[in-house]
Amino acid sequence: MLEINDLSISFSRYGGWISRSQLRPIRCLDLKLEKGQIVSVVGESGAGKSLLAHAVLGLLPGNATVSGQMRYQGADLSPTRIRQLRGREIAFIPQSVGFLSPLWRVGGQVARAARLGGKDTARAADSRDRAFARYHLAADVKSMFPYQISGGMARRVMTAAATVTDAKLIVADEPTSGMDEDNSRNALAYLRELADRGRAVLLITHDIEAALTVSDQVTVFLNGVSVETADSKDFEAVDGLRHPYTQQLLNALPQRLFTEVVNGHRRGAGNGTGCVHFGACPLEKDVCGHAAPPRKRIGNGWVRCHHA
Amino acid sequence: MPNMNSCLSYLARQLLRMIVIIAVVATLAFVLTATAPLDPVTAYLGFDRMQISPEQQQRIIQRWGLDQPPTVRFTTWAKNVIRGDLGDSLVYNEPVISVIQKRFAASLKLMALAWTLSGIIGFVLGVLAGTYQHSLLDNAVRMYAFVLASSPTFWIGMVLLAVFSVKLSWFPICCAGPMGVPPDAVSWAQRLHHLILPAATLSIIGVAQIALHTREKMIDVFMSDYALYARAMGESRLGIAWWHGLRNALLPAVTLQFASLGELFGGAVLAEQVFNYPGLGQATVEAGIRGDVPLLLGIALFSTIFVVTGNAIADLLYRLIDPRIRRGEGVA
Amino acid sequence: MNTQTIARQLPMPGIRFSLGTRRSRTLCLVIFCLTIFVGLFLWAWLVGENGLAVNFTQRNQPPSWDHPFGTDWLGRDMLVRTIKGLRISLGIGMAAALSSTVFALALGLAAATLGRHVDLVVTGMIDVVISTPHLVMLILISFSMGGGVVGIIMAVALSHWTRLARIVRAEIMQLKTADYVRLSRRLGRKPLWIARHHLLPNLLPQFLVGLILLFPHAIMHAAGLTFLGFGLPPHMPAIGVLLSEAMRHISTGYWWLAVAPGVALLFFVKLFDLLGGALRMLTAPKTSQE
Repeated sequence: MLEINDLSISFSRYGGWISRSQLRPIRCLDLKLEKGQIVSVVGESGAGKSLLAHAVLGLLPGNATVSGQMRYQGADLSPTRIRQLRGREIAFIPQSVGFLSPLWRVGGQVARAARLGGKDTARAADSRDRAFARYHLAADVKSMFPYQISGGMARRVMTAAATVTDAKLIVADEPTSGMDEDNSRNALAYLRELADRGRAVLLITHDIEAALTVSDQVTVFLNGVSVETADSKDFEAVDGLRHPYTQQLLNALPQRLFTEVVNGHRRGAGNGTGCVHFGACPLEKDVCGHAAPPRKRIGNGWVRCHHA
Repeated sequence: MPNMNSCLSYLARQLLRMIVIIAVVATLAFVLTATAPLDPVTAYLGFDRMQISPEQQQRIIQRWGLDQPPTVRFTTWAKNVIRGDLGDSLVYNEPVISVIQKRFAASLKLMALAWTLSGIIGFVLGVLAGTYQHSLLDNAVRMYAFVLASSPTFWIGMVLLAVFSVKLSWFPICCAGPMGVPPDAVSWAQRLHHLILPAATLSIIGVAQIALHTREKMIDVFMSDYALYARAMGESRLGIAWWHGLRNALLPAVTLQFASLGELFGGAVLAEQVFNYPGLGQATVEAGIRGDVPLLLGIALFSTIFVVTGNAIADLLYRLIDPRIRRGEGVA
Repeated sequence: MNTQTIARQLPMPGIRFSLGTRRSRTLCLVIFCLTIFVGLFLWAWLVGENGLAVNFTQRNQPPSWDHPFGTDWLGRDMLVRTIKGLRISLGIGMAAALSSTVFALALGLAAATLGRHVDLVVTGMIDVVISTPHLVMLILISFSMGGGVVGIIMAVALSHWTRLARIVRAEIMQLKTADYVRLSRRLGRKPLWIARHHLLPNLLPQFLVGLILLFPHAIMHAAGLTFLGFGLPPHMPAIGVLLSEAMRHISTGYWWLAVAPGVALLFFVKLFDLLGGALRMLTAPKTSQE
């Protein structure tokens, strides 16, 4: 349903009258998402991953340059097309309650989302009520303001807002951030339920464990590049994974070896050539410093590594 | 449910604060007029003491304690004020209270018109300028605000007078009604005709302030997280302005309007001078120049009450309407 | 966090150079403004009494090449009158602003350092001043001082100090509880050292900007007061006086008597605004990263 190839997003900052410098938080991102699937993009906390969500929804600021391919249902996802589709076929679930308008009751906001999704006023109110019921939100939550609801409730409200529109693609940005275990589990369960009912979910998170519990595929993101994509079940053993960074990530989990993860390029994606893991990789050779590794298909996913 | 007790205690505290401020200002005003190089008897009787018989003079001196030291004079004055007696104005030869009443009625029409106009026009311009940032309208509004917002009110009045009254003869040159016509016989249309230029003078600066402030708030709205979410839902620019912008920008604008009553009054003083409009502002100037202490004190007191009330309303509105503050912070 | 904040937070390698260009432009603006001010005062001083000669053959002339601002009912050149008037108005305004600053500094400092009671008193004073309609207070104070130049200067000074005093008070109070200040005191630094190294760098920019931005207000209110007739003797024709005299002649159509001095005043007031804005940008570089 959604296919992204070679996506690159860079920002130019203007100082004086001429463009001063370019910054590329995303250098090369690949992604493939089908109906009924949850694909997670996992990476360290930072600016890069949310940008993906914003790119798919056409929310990047004016000074951003996007290159690469984004295709939705086979056709190119141009800015015009995004504007037509968002809110109707592509829905967004943001990170936190701060994304809800503070002086507007949440019921009204969700009803507005339904209206924007194409329903008329009566049906919008109806969908809103049904969505609230589905996510176990009491009837009086409708008339509450965002500051009155808890983080978990806010997440459910925003999930409801995404589902009132019959959207086929849902982009969830950090669905478990700042939440306790119970709420996290619920949030992920809702997403799984949405996928099981035929929608496609793109899940962006830094929590690889959470991602593994509900995703079908996981894409690992490092310093601007998607270095590996693999099925969830390949993550059960370290050998199932090919990229050294992914293996490090897995080993870093408390229930595995609980070792350290080293990131060589702390300063963010620079303009250098070569592999992004260069400087911290146990397998690195000279070629890794000069040439960016090509994408190699492995099983159901792919890897960017000279040694795969 | 707003807490009844805290509501009442808040109101009580505000009322107390208002009373204290008014009392302090009254004292301050009295002290200032007392230290003027004008002896108290002359201040109350004026320079034409010949007109008043010696018995009259003695009675006035007794009532206001004019031959007593300042502290006694103050307590006498304060007692009289609390009883509702503000004395007589020597400029207008009638009780201060009736002068204030009559003139405030005239000024109120002027200020109300200007206040409403500047509020509405300023708000609409601000919303549009903020929504369509960098457009022609936005740049025009900013240029207008940049040039005119720091212009002296009286100069703007003079320019308007020169252009619209003298050159184009669209509007009368002065006063609240046509010359020679007694105030009761002036029709509403004529009144309005005379009000337009002074009201425009007062509004021009007010519009700029509200427009700029509202524009800032609208820009903040468009840069917020919830505007981003709204865009992701498919909301258009105008949609965001309507559904999110208005409710976030309306309260600050209204609050600002109520808090600017002091400036409004000051502007009215200047505008009335330029257009010779018989309002409270003109009376203030007359009182100041001719040394009419009772009237000056009365006006100082009255205008302070006016401004303090406005500030209190601004604060009240803010607490009442912003649901986060009304219901107290916290999570359900 | 939304994409705009992301875009703004990304580290900027080239920023020092771009800040330099903007800095140098702002610096140019500052120098430009100051030059004009000095120029005005010099011009007024150099012109002396020449242009003010009464010339009945040239009465009431509209603006022309000979008299760019026209002439008044006594044949005096309006340009010269405006320049001189400006010098007086600006002088009064600046004197008032400076006195106001001293007052604000003293009160703000007192409120923040001399304990709760003093603070309460000063905050009360601030409340009282902002609760009175500005012009009424000006008229009262000017009346109380018997009018005259000093009366006007004092009136404006005593009603404009509140904003600056608040800034000073807020800054000092914030600094008192700041961690690095408490640390300095623990390390045994003398209060004077703390004042010089911690207080001043934080306070000075805001204070300076507040000071400069006080000038336009002071100048305009002084002009307003003189327009209303409070206090300046006729041999000190400040802009306000010029304008009030012009009032009498508007109905006869001599518009240049009012427009020219007003525009000149507006120009200079705007110059102060620009200067203030430029200084703010120079002294708070974090806000100039647009």
